[in-house]
Amino acid sequence: MKQLSTKVTSNAHGQDSSYFLGWEEYEKNPYDEIKNPNGIIQMGLAENQLCFDLIETWLAKNPDAAGLKKEGQSIFKELALFQDYHGLPEFKKALAEFMEEIRGNRVTFDPSKIVLTAGSTSANETLMFCLAEPGDAFLLPTPYYPGFDRDLKWRTGAEIVPIHCSSSNGFQITESALQQAYQQAQKLDLKVKGVLVTNPSNPLGTMLTRRELNLLVDFITSKNIHLISDEIYSGTVFGFEQFVSVMDVLKDKKLENSEVSRRVHVVYSLSKDLGLPGFRVGAIYSNDEMVVSAATKMSSFGLVSSQTQYLLSALLSDKKFTGTYLNENQKRLKIRQKQLVSGLEAAGVTCLKSNAGLFCWVDMRHLLDTNTFEAELELWKKIVYEVKLNISPGSSCHCTEPGWFRVCFANMSEETLDLAMKRLKEYVESTDSRRLISKSSHERIKSLRKRTVSNWVFRVSWTDRVPDER
Amino acid sequence: MVALTAEKQDHNLLSRMAAGDGHGENSAYFDGWKAYEENPFHPIDRPDGVIQMGLAENQLCGDLMRKWVLEHPEASICTAEGVNQFSDIAIFQDYHGLPEFRQAVAKFMEKTRNNKVKFDPDRIVMSGGATGAHETVAFCLANPGDGFLVPTPYYPGFDRDLRWRTGVNLVPVTCHSSNGFKITVEALDAAYENARVPVKGLLITNPSNPLGTTLDRDCLKSLVKFTNDKGIHLIADEIYAATTFGESEFISVAEVIEEIPDCNRDLIHIVYSLSKDMGLPGLRVGIIYSYNNRVVQIARKMSSFGLVSSQTQHLIAKMLSDEDFVDEFIRKSKLRLAERHAELTTGLDGLGIGWLKAGAGLFIWMDLRNLLKTATFDSEMELWRVIVHKVKLNVSPGGSCHCHEPGWFRVCFANMDHQTMETALERIRVFTSQIEEESLKLTKQMAKKKKCWQSSLRLSFKDTRRFEEGFFSPHSPVPPSPLVRAQI
Repeated sequence: MKQLSTKVTSNAHGQDSSYFLGWEEYEKNPYDEIKNPNGIIQMGLAENQLCFDLIETWLAKNPDAAGLKKEGQSIFKELALFQDYHGLPEFKKALAEFMEEIRGNRVTFDPSKIVLTAGSTSANETLMFCLAEPGDAFLLPTPYYPGFDRDLKWRTGAEIVPIHCSSSNGFQITESALQQAYQQAQKLDLKVKGVLVTNPSNPLGTMLTRRELNLLVDFITSKNIHLISDEIYSGTVFGFEQFVSVMDVLKDKKLENSEVSRRVHVVYSLSKDLGLPGFRVGAIYSNDEMVVSAATKMSSFGLVSSQTQYLLSALLSDKKFTGTYLNENQKRLKIRQKQLVSGLEAAGVTCLKSNAGLFCWVDMRHLLDTNTFEAELELWKKIVYEVKLNISPGSSCHCTEPGWFRVCFANMSEETLDLAMKRLKEYVESTDSRRLISKSSHERIKSLRKRTVSNWVFRVSWTDRVPDER
Repeated sequence: MVALTAEKQDHNLLSRMAAGDGHGENSAYFDGWKAYEENPFHPIDRPDGVIQMGLAENQLCGDLMRKWVLEHPEASICTAEGVNQFSDIAIFQDYHGLPEFRQAVAKFMEKTRNNKVKFDPDRIVMSGGATGAHETVAFCLANPGDGFLVPTPYYPGFDRDLRWRTGVNLVPVTCHSSNGFKITVEALDAAYENARVPVKGLLITNPSNPLGTTLDRDCLKSLVKFTNDKGIHLIADEIYAATTFGESEFISVAEVIEEIPDCNRDLIHIVYSLSKDMGLPGLRVGIIYSYNNRVVQIARKMSSFGLVSSQTQHLIAKMLSDEDFVDEFIRKSKLRLAERHAELTTGLDGLGIGWLKAGAGLFIWMDLRNLLKTATFDSEMELWRVIVHKVKLNVSPGGSCHCHEPGWFRVCFANMDHQTMETALERIRVFTSQIEEESLKLTKQMAKKKKCWQSSLRLSFKDTRRFEEGFFSPHSPVPPSPLVRAQI
């Protein structure tokens, strides 16, 4: 229909991808313990539903915030009128401090450098509008969050050029992969404006190592380009290792007030750490005044509702709450992840060792008929329609190797997760792929464990920390 | 030198969009806002501060709203009465929106159009306020380089909302005070034919910002026919739908298309919001309502960039489902708007200051053409600076709204209490009497020299002739107030 724009008539919104199709199938037949016990279990949704009780308890103890009051008086009228795109000052202050707390108070965030946006969806798009012209490119390590195809490219006209990462080194970013991506962009006649990474990674669930972060900072320095670090999962780290932010690295390299630091931008959101995706709270943090200024004006297209800002400023200003919450959140995530990992193991399936995020990156290469993406899609369809689990195929995340799947664990009860694992186990046992694991599953897991250990050793050798459990 | 290089580097490192002025905020018109922000009026703390009359906000019914919220704790997901819904609402990010929210908004849209037309909840798409709605509609209907026709004067924010990130152009359709700024088919044709870019649609704001006038049925029909004939879109921004008062009637484009049997509805779209009618700009509730299925589909996907907070959707769903409250709210809001409007206009009438007769909106379109030294926008700017810095009222000059004729100003009245309005009127009174005195002095001096060119200097504002010229919009049934005659 030529009366509509090409944005409407094309498929650049990316929502015909399998990632979204799985969702649609789930919507048609959603699992419910009582009403629909044979429905599809949603394991394709990276949501954190483990800690609502903590927030609800806080609300019960804080009637003023809950009732949009200040000192017992309703401030609804004032909030209803508040539409300043600079945001509620007390909210930005509380958010900055929360971000500091997540990073062990090793780095500081200046509230005046925060731009509030409608979720990180809007934050990422806004940064593209600020940093790239139509046709410019950003380099992204694969596999990456499928939503980026829409968020970064659709209305901005920007391009994504992949930095290929492989399972041979646990999908870490290497210098040669970075250089290759950069050259590929040049071959395609695309001007590279920056690199965008998600740390902790979606869909991998791993944190970027210090080595990778240093590599990235050196790379953008030499190429004079930007680095966007989407740290939306920073509060979901549950292992013994600390989360290392790109801000930590800038500090350690003494680059905090340098020209380079103005090209490093952090994206954040409360959708994963606090489990509040419905509230649409995203943020851009930038040391570049012009970026902050332009992005703030652009945030007019998607401001955070004032009632939401008020509630969350009270919640996040309560340091007792935030400390308890972050601890408890990590504990519960760890337990739930362990439950998934053991469940998978019982089905003869392993995953990438990880200690962050709301999902695992699961290795089902051995269940493929052939080492192809067609086979991956075939397997995926069986898992969705027969096993009745909605999981995300690696191809939807632009993974270069077929057979990997992202499986979420934080959006369901323990019982539902148990059931999901039971279904998977039954499927694996009942299909012909049993032949691939015919050497007792015990032996296979043993050899896989060996490989896993050597991966771990490989990773540790790249870090400058004391080897620790990941 | 080094600093310059670094700055130049900055400009290259950022997009043209970020480094440029497309956001529109470097315009001289922001001086008024800055003056207000540096010295905001407060009856006790800052009695000499700048009174904000440049902000079209509806603050007259905040008490009703507050009362309802206090009486309905279940509308909040945070109170004891509502917290059982907290987790479900907190995780709800479906871009279709809460069904109860869409149903309540559809119902509210029907009420504000006197229940003369039905709205389908499934066509309701959320956006980040009407600001987000307009940008999304532009992304859906036009490619970079295309244009939308927009009658002048128009809301200054359109320059940013429709153009900045979309690359779409605005093509003005000139309207004149000689016929009350009515949109004529001749003006539309002229603008369409002379446009230097492919025209994709016509954007109207009805009721109008900044005029406060409403379009009558015939005019609306002619706009639908014009756009249908040309095969271009009609976007009707109806954000002020419920701000009509007195005998003024609001007719929505939704009503009019029912009377045009062969209307191509794929070309009809409405933008709406709760920011003006309900006085809730902080909650960011924007709505796109399109009769084109594909536009609904895609706008919905784009709404990911500006969804309404689920906490707000929940509150609004509950509030707008309370039909008794809504009916009472709309009724009282209209009464209070009418009162405040009358206060301002009566005051202006008493001072011999003209204004466009209109029966909607949160502002009046004031005529200060006779105060300009010359009929130019430079003169208008000069006068505006005097009003902002000396009279200490932030009003919006017509030039910022792309008005074709200098000398008109938009003055908001719904964002202040009675006392502040009195103070504002008193300041205007003082200002006008000062000008009169100076005029009289000048007249005396000139009379001695007997120069006839002095007749171009308006010597008296209380010139009753001006009340007959073009002040009565043919579309406003509101007759001149009898008080006007009495005071002269």
